[in-house]
Amino acid sequence: MKLSLPRFGRKAKLAELAEAANADSAVESGWGAPPTMLRADRFSLQDLLVEASFGIGAKPSRLIMTTLGTVLGIASLVVTVGFAQTAAGQIANQFDAVAATQVVVEPATAQGNGGERATGVLPWDSPERVERLAGVERAGLVAEVDVQDRAVTSVPVNDPSAPAVLSPAVVATTAELLAAVRGDIVTGRYFDAGHDLRGDRVAVLGERAADELGINRVDSQPSIFIGETSYTVIGIINGVERRSDLLDSVILPMGTARTDFGVGAPAELQVQIAVGAGSVVARQVPIALSPNSPENFDVTAPSTKSSLRDNIQADINVVFLILGGIALLAGGLGIANVTMLSVMERVGEIGLRRALGATRKDIARQFMIESVVIGLLGGLIGSALGVFAVVIVSLIQGWTPILDPWLAIGSALLGAVVGLAAGAFPARRASNIEPITALRGS
Amino acid sequence: MTRPPVVELIDVTRSFPGPPEVQALKAINLRVESGDYLSIVGPSGSGKSTMLNLLGLLDRPSVGEYYLDGASTGALDEEQRAALRGGKIGFVFQAFHLMPHRTVLDNVLLATLYSGVPRAERETRARAAIDRVGLSHRVDFVPGTLSGGERQRVAVARAVVGSPELLLADEPTGNLDATTSGEVMDLFEELNADGLSLVIITHDRAVAERAERSIRITDGRLQELS
Repeated sequence: MKLSLPRFGRKAKLAELAEAANADSAVESGWGAPPTMLRADRFSLQDLLVEASFGIGAKPSRLIMTTLGTVLGIASLVVTVGFAQTAAGQIANQFDAVAATQVVVEPATAQGNGGERATGVLPWDSPERVERLAGVERAGLVAEVDVQDRAVTSVPVNDPSAPAVLSPAVVATTAELLAAVRGDIVTGRYFDAGHDLRGDRVAVLGERAADELGINRVDSQPSIFIGETSYTVIGIINGVERRSDLLDSVILPMGTARTDFGVGAPAELQVQIAVGAGSVVARQVPIALSPNSPENFDVTAPSTKSSLRDNIQADINVVFLILGGIALLAGGLGIANVTMLSVMERVGEIGLRRALGATRKDIARQFMIESVVIGLLGGLIGSALGVFAVVIVSLIQGWTPILDPWLAIGSALLGAVVGLAAGAFPARRASNIEPITALRGS
Repeated sequence: MTRPPVVELIDVTRSFPGPPEVQALKAINLRVESGDYLSIVGPSGSGKSTMLNLLGLLDRPSVGEYYLDGASTGALDEEQRAALRGGKIGFVFQAFHLMPHRTVLDNVLLATLYSGVPRAERETRARAAIDRVGLSHRVDFVPGTLSGGERQRVAVARAVVGSPELLLADEPTGNLDATTSGEVMDLFEELNADGLSLVIITHDRAVAERAERSIRITDGRLQELS
């Protein structure tokens, strides 16, 4: 700190001065006083602090009013940041686990002649490729199957009077898809990799599609027809939250669809990931799928917990930090105001100190210290109150209070900085007071 | 051994830039020997305040030289002047200027902060000074409980605790009645008898006439009265 700089330079100067001035004046200078001494102990830091503390302590009730603004400002800052930190922990816990663990990869599209065109192709072995990545738990492919004008029926009935019904959509998936989109089996089973590989003519129905086709059990090995070809229904599913359109669909193994309908390429890759792996997986999946041109895939990944938390924290913080800042500004103005008042009231004292040998700097320093101490006091109290508020509210809400210890320390110091800024102008005014005017004025 | 004069003003002019420019002191010469007892009188506006400012090193002459205790003060910077003020000059004011919340001892100690009295000696010297003005029984009192005369004595103790060469008293009896005035003047004279140079600025004729030497300021010029 600048205040504690050694005074060697000045001491030397003064010693010289004293020598020059009283080469022979050390004789009897009054009633047996010691000769002029070196100014070693002149207004040291200790003296400065003592004088400032008397200034501060002279009017305790005013001191309380003065610190109030800083207390409120600092307390609201601590509460704001403390609650943001605490709340972020809470939000992460209450997070929708499904939304946070689903990644969808689709071929990127580009606007070309005649509309959108896919610029990339998902490889058939995409699930195997991405399942090797850390954070990926399951992956499955989905492809739309174009059945042209073939109808999907359970029993081919040639009833000319029957109304034309819209056939359920037909999609093809790999065996792992059901798990990847978290579907449930209502009855029967989902097809497996063997069905897929062999191109078996089996089908799984979505719950609503099964209803429509009049099939509700699979133990009798019911068949459905796509055009003239029959497929054995081996299961009915529901609960696919991430692809609820599957409930209205007839689902074929990917191999079967390729053989029977010539499916050209998968439409999308559904990936189930571990909680929090979103950003990593989103970056790595395109590279795993196509190391040469990862840009050909669009990845829809959940924002990871941390980035979400940051967002929420930022939202809360901005609003409350502004409020805290305003309170702090008011607190600073309060200190400036009261210090100014104090300077005006103590004009006589300032003049006296100057007459007793105080320099302008000594005066300015004293008032600076007074306002810094007031600010620090407000900061300490405010910081303590803020921490208390966070802890008590957390206790009532059953939350875990999360608070950075540096927040408490830093905000107390911020109070001192506010005091420093607030004291600058009054201190300047105090140091510019003309001693004799001040001393004769009252 | 000859001592230099405590105060020597040579052709000092202090003017305040206008418009119109005001010359508060006009080419004055003044010599105050060590141990002198001098009063300065004059109507208000005559330049007494300016004189006090200059003598107390609170202001600088526009023209001329001020030697304090034989040393030129013209070339000194603010800090040096403040140090000299703390060490060589004691002030006593009409309004006492004691700090109301602090004891007599603290008020006297205040003067030792800036004049460089070693910390270990401060209290002893302050108590000696209080004793010297006859207030040892009031050491722990706050100024509010003291009479006017006692307050001015505290102020005198504060002025002399740094063992100055020169005591500047500005209307020291202005707030006191005739009896206490006389007591305070007696105290000043005792101090003067002990060798302290005394300059009293006043417009109280009775006070001025007690001084060995009296000077009148009129319109910025000095006139020796006796």
